[in-house]
Amino acid sequence: MRFMPQTESDVAAMLETIGARHLDDLIAHVPASLRASATIKLERGLSEADVVREISALAARNTGASGFLSFLGAGYYRHYVPAAVRAVIARAEFATSYTPYQAEASQGTTQAIFEFQTLITQLTAMEVANASMYDGASAAAEAVLMARRLMPKRPVVALSRALWPEYRATIRTYLSALDGLDIVEVPFDDATGATDLSALDRIANDRLLCMVTGYPNALGIIEPLGALAQMTHRAGGLAISATAEGIALGLLRAPGELGVDIAVGEGQSFGLPLQFGGPGVGFMGARLTHLRQMPGRLVGQTRDRDGRRAFCLTLNTREQHIRRERATSNICTNHSLCALAATVYLSLMGRAGLRELAERNVELAHQAAAVLEAAGIRRRFSGPFFNEFTLKLANPSAALEAAERRQILAGVALGNDYSELSDALLVSVTEMNRGDEFSRLAAAIAEVR
Amino acid sequence: MASAGRIGPVAVSETSSTPHRIEPVAGVPLIFELSSEGRRATDLSPRAAGERRGAEIIGVELCREDLPGFPELSEPQVLRHFLRLSQLNFAQALQFYPLGSCTMKYNPVVNDELAALPGLAGLHPATPVHLAQGALELLARMEAALAEITGMDAVSLHPAAGAQGELTGLLMVRAYHRKRGEVRHKVIIPDTSHGTNPASCTLAGFEVIVAKSNRRGYLEAAEVRRLVSDDVAAMMVTNPNTLGIFEPEIQDIAAALHERGAMLYLDGANMNALLGVAKPGHMGADIVQLNLHKSFSTPHGGGGPGAGPVAVKKHLEPFLPMPRLKHSGAGYEFDAERPDSIGRMRSFHNNFGMIVRAYAYILALGGDGLGMASRLAILAANYLRKRLQPHFPSATGEPSMHECVLSHELEKRADVSTLEIAKRLLDFGIHPPTIYFPLVVPGALMIEPTETESKEILDSFVDAMERIYDEALNDPERVKNAPQNLPVSRVDEAGAARHPILRWEKKA
Ligand SMILES: Cc1ncc(COP(=O)(O)O)c(C=O)c1O
Repeated sequence: MRFMPQTESDVAAMLETIGARHLDDLIAHVPASLRASATIKLERGLSEADVVREISALAARNTGASGFLSFLGAGYYRHYVPAAVRAVIARAEFATSYTPYQAEASQGTTQAIFEFQTLITQLTAMEVANASMYDGASAAAEAVLMARRLMPKRPVVALSRALWPEYRATIRTYLSALDGLDIVEVPFDDATGATDLSALDRIANDRLLCMVTGYPNALGIIEPLGALAQMTHRAGGLAISATAEGIALGLLRAPGELGVDIAVGEGQSFGLPLQFGGPGVGFMGARLTHLRQMPGRLVGQTRDRDGRRAFCLTLNTREQHIRRERATSNICTNHSLCALAATVYLSLMGRAGLRELAERNVELAHQAAAVLEAAGIRRRFSGPFFNEFTLKLANPSAALEAAERRQILAGVALGNDYSELSDALLVSVTEMNRGDEFSRLAAAIAEVR
Repeated sequence: MASAGRIGPVAVSETSSTPHRIEPVAGVPLIFELSSEGRRATDLSPRAAGERRGAEIIGVELCREDLPGFPELSEPQVLRHFLRLSQLNFAQALQFYPLGSCTMKYNPVVNDELAALPGLAGLHPATPVHLAQGALELLARMEAALAEITGMDAVSLHPAAGAQGELTGLLMVRAYHRKRGEVRHKVIIPDTSHGTNPASCTLAGFEVIVAKSNRRGYLEAAEVRRLVSDDVAAMMVTNPNTLGIFEPEIQDIAAALHERGAMLYLDGANMNALLGVAKPGHMGADIVQLNLHKSFSTPHGGGGPGAGPVAVKKHLEPFLPMPRLKHSGAGYEFDAERPDSIGRMRSFHNNFGMIVRAYAYILALGGDGLGMASRLAILAANYLRKRLQPHFPSATGEPSMHECVLSHELEKRADVSTLEIAKRLLDFGIHPPTIYFPLVVPGALMIEPTETESKEILDSFVDAMERIYDEALNDPERVKNAPQNLPVSRVDEAGAARHPILRWEKKA
């Protein structure tokens, strides 16, 4: 077997040292009934060439992965990934190391995480950020749990209905075992697509634990995050923002500037491939005063014995391996290599580039909306949008089918997740789309309108 | 490249890397310290003439002014920075990395290439299922393979890591009892368990009861019988346990739990000992999670990403998380009708990229190869245990599976701690074992060599350990001052916690 170096004579020598005759002597203490039925009935192993053939054949059957014009978004975004990102994360020094428990042998990983934490604080305008979470949805769930630890007496968890359906579902699952919590959905305004401030106002009282808002939200709308945070704070609650399209943070006012207490999100847009939905990378920024209740790993700056700057995992008394059942979270393995990809990506985009990219997304999305509008296809909501918008269509699934016939993936129908939006199609436009594609999209949709 | 039209003079300051000074390897500046205003590493294709800027379109009041402190470098600088950082790491591909409980086996490089195939890496999660049949079939095949490997009935690939698999499993246990009209509040956990087990219990709303392993290092069914009650929802058992011992009474433990209506949750993090050796399903497990980043060779990435599939027996299948794959006449699709499901734990389907790698690994080894992997992993652990026995005796007299937990008397004899031994190993270019875990063994060294290391490597590890033993007795300062050959000397972790500096800040 090509991954296992022991020759027959190695095995024989090792067995002799141990004082055993056969490999199976080493497992003779495992109950015989278990051993007898343990054979794994799978095909024999394949050569590397045959593995490649097999997986390539499966890949080739994913006809939706290429050859279509795509306007798919809804929480995962098509962005160009610079080659330098892949070149870095392919390095075995990063890819095949473990969690950096031995600081002296992990300065590469720990410094990169420190840079990731810094970039996230800069993007979100928060004071601290952790070393990564699994993804945006689980980060949002962890943010609510963190809020609960900060204010255990408040029972009401308010979720904007325009928060991503998957984020809401994940939060519900994570909270499902905890007693005394009351999850309330705050509706969105049917005209603007933004969270209804007056609805939040009605529940903004001393029972409110936190309010979670998508920024931008699941309908593509740039929420009035500042007003929502203010209203939440007036009731003494914590404002949580969840950003699925990280590129937006390069242009929009930062959650921290708008009063948000915990800013979480998905970093897939920062240099990670679509990969059928994972792995991406969750991020979390928070206030320094809430640090001790933060979940996940943190890297801190320190010195070595010779006074040189060095980095290491720190404040781990919050974590499961020390605090066990009283830990702030059960997270252990996180999404470190994805956080590294994000760190490289954001470093490449840089101060000017990230903003320009964000602006380009806005420009192209609005150009697309204008072309559609000129063809008589209207938007469903009037609120401001970033790079994703909702169309109002008589029959979104017919439009999707018509578009698919023209090799276009026109977007995501919202009716599956929102019964009140059976007339809505979410269209995402990024720098991967070109101006001349929009008339093709318009023509395809107009065909069935 | 500098569109701002200004390439400033090279700043010479203490923190920036300049061509005039060759830095010690340790002193890689932070990316932020390498910035120079106006420098850039990315160019967009030009905007159409006369087009309004994004900020004007949505309104400047919605926009931030700037990204203060954000990096400003050219592409070659960015690349060099991260490549230099990479050189400061130990890694499995470069070093022996016998980190117990982590299964740092070789990660076949072809698997990374496969995951990057455009048909897989380029697939959007919202792609209509009929255009993603290859991906869905891969997932279905992986579910079937893991069911066969574990002897379980149904598999969900949804959880993102082992700990999330644990939480998923415990929430299913809870949902199962609820469905039968029972509310159970407690979960039993052995004193040797990994920290994620109790932490997951708390998240799942359970109170933890600790079971004591006996003096030989394993759990007795009698202890479980003593603790189990109608208020116990489940017991979480790691098998082999974190001492590397196969739990000899596991079947009886399962029976003891089942008699009282409680479930056996098997923490499958140590599956690398069990492939083709014993199936969790046959032990009586109701649920097992697998860490694909351990036994199934996906790269650990400096802390992730991994994947933590859960496999269950039939009675728990209805409670598996969403989304759930199903096959109909037309092919694979996701099943929306799952009223008893605990719901979702994350966005989209699963950590697909990792599942592709793990599936490729399973194809490469096949059933026989997987069985051989566990046997050779067990061989390597027992070989090291035997060879190290004179100076680093095993913490238990029971046979070891894929890892061994050793102790030593150097603390008493020479005031040299396990931590210091670990740090000294670094000087020999060896990543230390897991230390001080499990908690029941004072000063533990938990060694998991894996099946992908040669006998020569194992022998050189023994040499290094013996040399450190000698040094501890004859030249203890050498051990206490380790490491000496690394980019940094001993890092002040206590200082880091006392005065947390968790981000770079621009000097005012
Ligand atoms: C025994 C055991 N259980 C659970 C876990 C948690 O798995 P993960 O890190 O994938 O969340 C680990 C690994 O860290 C482990 O060693």
